[in-house]
Amino acid sequence: MTIRVELVSAERRVWSGEASIVLARTTDGDLGVMANHTPTFGVLVNGVVTIRTENDGDVKAAVHGGFLSVSDNRVSILAEIAELGTEIDVNRAKEALARAQREAADDLAEARAQTRIAAAVN
Amino acid sequence: MGAQLRIYRRRIRSVKATKKITKAMELISASRIVKAQQRVAASSPYATELTRAVSALATFSNVEHPLTAAVTDPKRAAVLIIASDRGMAGAYASNAIKEGDQLTSLLKSRGLEVDHYLVGRKALNYYRFRNRAIAASWTGFSDNPTYANAKEIADTVITSFLQENGADELHIIYTEFVSMITQRPLAKRMLPLEVVESSAPLADGPLPLYEFEPSAGDVLDALLPRYVESRIFNALLQSAASEHAARRRAMKSATDNAEELIKSLTRRANAARQAEITQEISEIVGGADALSSATSGGE
Repeated sequence: MTIRVELVSAERRVWSGEASIVLARTTDGDLGVMANHTPTFGVLVNGVVTIRTENDGDVKAAVHGGFLSVSDNRVSILAEIAELGTEIDVNRAKEALARAQREAADDLAEARAQTRIAAAVN
Repeated sequence: MGAQLRIYRRRIRSVKATKKITKAMELISASRIVKAQQRVAASSPYATELTRAVSALATFSNVEHPLTAAVTDPKRAAVLIIASDRGMAGAYASNAIKEGDQLTSLLKSRGLEVDHYLVGRKALNYYRFRNRAIAASWTGFSDNPTYANAKEIADTVITSFLQENGADELHIIYTEFVSMITQRPLAKRMLPLEVVESSAPLADGPLPLYEFEPSAGDVLDALLPRYVESRIFNALLQSAASEHAARRRAMKSATDNAEELIKSLTRRANAARQAEITQEISEIVGGADALSSATSGGE
C-alpha cells in the first residue's frame, strides 16, 4: 500500500509521487503517516520531512512554515519554503549558517540554515 | 541637400531609434508575460490546498478567530493598492490607482477612515505628489514578486488589523489577468476573512473529518495568516502578469505608431527630394536657355 504525496511550496510544486511512509515533526511531536491513516491536519515545526518511497529510497526536504494534511490516502505538505535535499547547495547553506552564527541575533536564519544542511547531508 | 529634406531625414532617424527601443520592450514584456503566467500557475497548488484546509477547518470547528471576526461598527479600513514600479504600460498603474480612489470614496461615504498601503513606485509617487497620507509602501518588486514580499506585506496589514484602534477591514486592489488582451482592476475585501462554504460539491469529494494537531484553534492560528499571505501573493503575481501584458500592448501600439510615422515621413521626404530635383533641373534648363540666348544674341 502506498500513499500519494504532494509537497507544495508557496511558489511551486516541489515533489509529488507515491510513498510508503511520510515522516514529519508536528508541534506535538514526530508523526509517521502510512496508508489508511486517519484524516489529520497538523502544524509542522521547521525541519526535515522524509518521504520514503518504495523504489527510489528516501526523499528529504527542508520545510519552513509548513502544514501537513492527510485524507483519503493522500498527504499534502504545504510550506512557505520547501526545498529538496538534492537541490540544496551544502556549501552555500554552510556559509549562510556561519554568517547567521556570526550575527548572533539572527536565530531564525541560523535554524533555517541548519535545517537545510540536515536535509542535504543525510 | 535642401533644408526641408534634411529635417525629414533627421526625424525619420529619431523615430527609427525610438521604434527599436519600443520593439525591444515589447519583446521583453511578451516573454515575461509567459513567465509570470507560469508563476501564477505554479503557485496555485499551494493556494488550492490551503483553501481546502481552511474550508475544512471552518466546516468542522466553530473556532472564533480575530481574523474572521467582523466588527459590528467598523471605524477604519485599510486599502492595499498594487500598482507598478515603472511606467510605459499604458493606463495600467493609473487604472489601479483610480479603482483605489473609487473604493476610498465609497468607504468614506460609509463613515470609515481609510489608511492606504501601496505597492509600486507609481502609486507611491501619485500619493506623494498629492500629499496624501501613506500608511506603508513597498517598491522594487512589482514586476517579479516573491513570496517573501507577500509575507512582508501580509505581516504589516495583519498587524494593523489585529491592533486595537487598527483597521477593521482590509481591501485589496489588484489587476486581474483575464487574458493577454484584457486585464481588469479589481477591488476585493480580504479581511475579515469570509470563509466561503461553497454549496457546490468539491472536485475531490466531500471534506474529511480531520483530526487536528495540536488543536483546531492552534492550527487555525497558524493557518489563517498563511491564507492571507497566499491570497496577497496571488494578487501580486496576477498584477505582475497584467503589468507585463499592459506594457506589451502599450509598446506594440507605440511600435505601430512609429512605423506609421516613418511611412508618412518617408513619403514627404521623397516628395521633398523630388521637388528639389525638379527645381534643380528647371534651374539648369533655365540657366542653359539664358546662356544660349545670350550667346546667340551677341552675334
